[in-house]
Amino acid sequence: MRSIVLVLALLALVLPLSARAQTADLAGVIAQYRDQIEKPSRQTVEPVVAAIAATGPQGAALLQAWGDRLLGLRKSDGRLVIAAPEGDALHLTDAATGADLGPAPEDQVTLLRPNSGVRGLISAAMAGSALSDPDPKRRAEALEALSRKGDAAQLGLLRQAMDDPDPTLAARKQRLERLLTIQYDTDPAARIAAMQSFGGDTSLEFRASLNPILTTRRVALETIPADANVADELAVGSDIPRDAAYAMLVDAGLAPARLTPQAERATLAQHIVNGMVGGVPVIELGDEAARDRAYTALEGQGLVQPAASEDEVTAALDRFHFLDVYAEPNADVTAAARAALRGTETRIGLMQAADLSLDALSLASIYFLAAIGLAITFGVMGVINMAHGEFIMMGAYTGYVVQQFISDKTISLIVALPLAFAVTFAAGVALERLVIRHLYKRPLETLLATFGVSIALQQLAKNIFGTQARPLTSPGWLDGALTFNDIVSISYIRIAIFVLALVFLGLYLFIMNRTRLGLEVRAVTQNPGMAASMGISPDRINMLTFGLGSGIAGIAGVAIGLFAKVTSELGSDYIVQSFMTVVVGGVGNIWGTLAGAALIGFLQKGIEWFNPANTLAAQTYMILFIIIFIQFRPRGIIAAKGRAAVGA
Amino acid sequence: MRKPLVLRHPSILVFLAVLAVFTVGVTILSTGYGTGVISTSMVKTLGKTLCLALAAVAMDLVWGYAGILSLGQMAFFALGGYMIGMWLMVARTETIVTGSLANLPIPPTAAEINQAVATQIFGVVGSDQFPAIWFLSGSLIGQLALVVLVPGLLALVFGWLAFRSRVNGVYLSILTQAMTLALALYLFQNDSGLRGNNGLSGLQNIPGLDAVPQESLSIWFFWASAVALGLGYLLVSWVASGKFGSVTRAIRDDEARVRFLGYSVESYKLVVFTLAAVITGIAGALYYPQAGIINPAELAPIASIYLAVWVAIGGRGRLYGAVIGAIVVSMLSSWFTGGRAPDVNLGFYTIKWVDWWQVLLGLSFVLVTLFAPKGISGIFDALAHLRPPRRGGTPLGPDMGALQEREAVE
Amino acid sequence: MSALLEVSGISVSFDGFRAINNLSFAIAECELRAIIGPNGAGKTTFMDIVTGKTRPNEGQVLWGENSVSLLKLNEAQIARAGVGRKFQRPTVFEDQTVAENLTMALKAARGPFRVLWWKPGLETEARVTALAMEVGLDAHLARKSGELSHGQKQWLEIGMLLAQEPRLLLVDEPAAGMTLAEREQTTTLLRRLAQRHAVVVVEHDMDFVRRLDCKVTVLHEGSVLAEGSLDHVTANPQVIEVYLGRG
Repeated sequence: MRSIVLVLALLALVLPLSARAQTADLAGVIAQYRDQIEKPSRQTVEPVVAAIAATGPQGAALLQAWGDRLLGLRKSDGRLVIAAPEGDALHLTDAATGADLGPAPEDQVTLLRPNSGVRGLISAAMAGSALSDPDPKRRAEALEALSRKGDAAQLGLLRQAMDDPDPTLAARKQRLERLLTIQYDTDPAARIAAMQSFGGDTSLEFRASLNPILTTRRVALETIPADANVADELAVGSDIPRDAAYAMLVDAGLAPARLTPQAERATLAQHIVNGMVGGVPVIELGDEAARDRAYTALEGQGLVQPAASEDEVTAALDRFHFLDVYAEPNADVTAAARAALRGTETRIGLMQAADLSLDALSLASIYFLAAIGLAITFGVMGVINMAHGEFIMMGAYTGYVVQQFISDKTISLIVALPLAFAVTFAAGVALERLVIRHLYKRPLETLLATFGVSIALQQLAKNIFGTQARPLTSPGWLDGALTFNDIVSISYIRIAIFVLALVFLGLYLFIMNRTRLGLEVRAVTQNPGMAASMGISPDRINMLTFGLGSGIAGIAGVAIGLFAKVTSELGSDYIVQSFMTVVVGGVGNIWGTLAGAALIGFLQKGIEWFNPANTLAAQTYMILFIIIFIQFRPRGIIAAKGRAAVGA
Repeated sequence: MRKPLVLRHPSILVFLAVLAVFTVGVTILSTGYGTGVISTSMVKTLGKTLCLALAAVAMDLVWGYAGILSLGQMAFFALGGYMIGMWLMVARTETIVTGSLANLPIPPTAAEINQAVATQIFGVVGSDQFPAIWFLSGSLIGQLALVVLVPGLLALVFGWLAFRSRVNGVYLSILTQAMTLALALYLFQNDSGLRGNNGLSGLQNIPGLDAVPQESLSIWFFWASAVALGLGYLLVSWVASGKFGSVTRAIRDDEARVRFLGYSVESYKLVVFTLAAVITGIAGALYYPQAGIINPAELAPIASIYLAVWVAIGGRGRLYGAVIGAIVVSMLSSWFTGGRAPDVNLGFYTIKWVDWWQVLLGLSFVLVTLFAPKGISGIFDALAHLRPPRRGGTPLGPDMGALQEREAVE
Repeated sequence: MSALLEVSGISVSFDGFRAINNLSFAIAECELRAIIGPNGAGKTTFMDIVTGKTRPNEGQVLWGENSVSLLKLNEAQIARAGVGRKFQRPTVFEDQTVAENLTMALKAARGPFRVLWWKPGLETEARVTALAMEVGLDAHLARKSGELSHGQKQWLEIGMLLAQEPRLLLVDEPAAGMTLAEREQTTTLLRRLAQRHAVVVVEHDMDFVRRLDCKVTVLHEGSVLAEGSLDHVTANPQVIEVYLGRG
């Protein structure tokens, strides 16, 4: 406490001088205090720090580096440098002038290592001065630094500098002051009041300020001291396993170790006499009962330490209390912190649910995009296209190839989307004309033939592009995330994919319900014979439908490629989920596909939430769920109804 | 009164004769028991191929006869392999561990040996306990029973669920694919109890037969595979002939009509599906000791699709077609991908078959589906002057997958 | 005389369209009955309900002496209970021989394991031959049924129906696509069948129905419009309007 007062007094002295000192020559100051800087001592360093702080921004940078143990001496010329780690080497700047000195290997610089006392003084001096700096940017930076690692000393400094002309910064200071009060104030009442002032605030920094108060330590004590702030007393057997509890006692030296099989074995091995241990032949020792007999015999002869028996263990466990004790001694403070943390939990839960929903929504959009083309070909034509995944892959590679020619990411994306559509549309039409057309009414054979196409395309992609992943870089404006608060955020790419999914939903509805093509497609779906007799060529419609479905797969490929690695297996990663989406949703209905994608997306995220460490298990359970779901709704969520469906 | 099965269907006799000649021939040329023209690894490859052929026969029963395009058959195959692999691994590790523990001054207890075996096997997945599903792993009889029971039960439960709700056609295919994918993903986890993606290894070492060299062992397994294939072929031929086969093919062609005849279509499908799963499981149990290692990648959906591809190329609805398809395609595949096929230099580009075999396979598969729906066995039909029946009118039934140009098994 | 099949108050709708509307119907043992009605009157849907293919939204279908509800049974169980059905389009297993088709239909245990161990005996072979003779296909026993003519397929299907030995036969437009001579034969056969079985014939063709000379039920818009002898129902003004009023 005294040192803080000292520093404050010092600062009070220095600050008025700072206007004059602004012009002071840093190099001069360095030269003057060179010895002090190289070998600082807590007692004498204060004026040095003050003098450096007074020289302005470069001085501050020097102090910063000094405090961070990044100030050093270049061995070649003994120049004082600021070293920034850069890979394995260091990037040097002249401490006095800020001039760039380029990189240097680590062994070329002797870094100064001021002790913690000195560093405390440095940071206090910096923070204190910066908090009242006339430049709002520096004040904001200082506050930022303070919020990252504050301490009791800085709480005092902050309270000195609460006034701020900038209302935002003033509010920030207020908030920080309360946060630091929670952690470092000496008055429990003030701390509790500060906690309560936050209400149900869910920010990370508030929760982070509460957590250290609530940290506990597990101890085993014979009597509970009156002043201990006990969080919880653990019942042996239910709250803490017997073995773990006894192990605590053994670790603390409060009880003798139990005899483990390993220890027993080792001990017995040391006492083999003439092929016997304690009168038991060694041959017989491949049996636990015989070993216990031998050990007991050794105990009887006083040759070995008696091991704790089961009764002794029980007695020891009964004698001790097993406690979780708060590091914070004041019970009122911990109670208030606990209450405050509980208050935030509900809101945090809700927000996590919101965040999870956003994740699930974006996953659902991806599945929807991947599945919509499949839904069109499967729903409208009854054709399973196993090569659908490879069309997605083709779309992604199209995006990659376009980026090789057009370096501007935005323009390349604008070019890639229609180009991917065109490429896969053409591939789809070719596949329909060459293969599928001959296999209508034989869906299982279509499935296998398109599978043949799928493996051929996959290998072809491998031969052309190699096996390593190719990057498809998204434009800069899609980097980053839309952040609502500490918990809820969503990346722009995912938003873009969501929007893309909506666009395609709209486009599909428009084509199907508002265009001649859609009318003809619906006619062919419902009654090909009748449609043909009315002059609609089912051949042409099938070709266009298949092309359309494939084209959308290509666009989905570009979208997926933006966040996933583009490899020849990209498509097969999505194909099963796409099938599931279509099957679960119900064939022949875009809303069914939407519902299927939503169900699968939300389900997958939901299962992942229950078991976040294990995405493999999540996928397993999801597929199991779908298999069972099909039991109850064999025709999907939105099933085709009517006479046709009954007969089909 | 009635002629025995093999005489009613001479093709069975021919098949068994060819198989016998092949088996004896390979033995005579083998390193272990003959002239050494065929290397041990080649014998193993041939033995494995026979197991795959057995799986293909089962696939043909399910697909060619009952019309269920199951894309999850390799799940049963791998499960059979896992079940036998568990015993092989435990028994083998036990021998090694007992050997090393015997050098200690104090003889090990049963619990210590067990512990050491568990640590040895499950150390890679960070565990030193036997998972519950290994409770029978110490018993050969127990694990052999599981080879049959586990694939059988899985097929029974899955089939019951799927057939009961009348999922069929492509839906069923996708669902079976999902089943094998789910199982593969599950097995990839370290806490699945089957060593995660490490799988089971060292299966080529048969406990108690350490003295027998691999040259001889490979021939033993080759014979076992050949016998299994022969018996499996007979069994499936028997099932597929007679009234049961008649009903099964009727289900394939028009299952609604079969219901109106009073047959419970679901039970028939279930029997066929489960039987095929059991046969496939047995094939797997013979395959993996020859392969030496099994891991969850074996269950990847693509493996099951390949099985369907073999059957289709060989010719569906003909058991010998399935065998021919499996043997021809898998042997060709290992010839091409093994780098033994000569590269083709086109001047401007050299075709390396390692890279292009997959493309060739895919395309030839499309071509077979399009132009030779009866596959390789169509050639045999042409030789035997079998012609498809003169067909009038409509396709065979509302199940559009029904075959249009297929004859009954001869 | 108690009814063999008693259908009471069934309704079924598809997507809001009421295909069957509060329909009641009963048929006694050894009765021949014709059901007539214009297209969309619900004749096929009615058969679908009786055979278990379609579930009604409401109503009851009772069967036999013990009044078993057919609604609780599936298609195969209903068929085993003794309801045989002949489809409008001949549906035989074209890939299999006439003998195989008939053998499959022959009344015998239907369980998969019983069928697996089933062996043809002299008796069954004789029965198959007799059935083939009855429908005039004895010369074609070894032929694939896919090679038969349309009329022969119709006959084969009737043969399969007979092989099932059902108590009730549902026959959907048996005369469709038959030559005049074949129609004559069919009429005779149906009348003969009705001596031992209950037979329901769904038919379009008034001439054919007249030749059957039996009680007639007229369906219209999913319910019974009239019932009685053909002369009786054709005199009914509502029937005339339904049949003639629409041209």
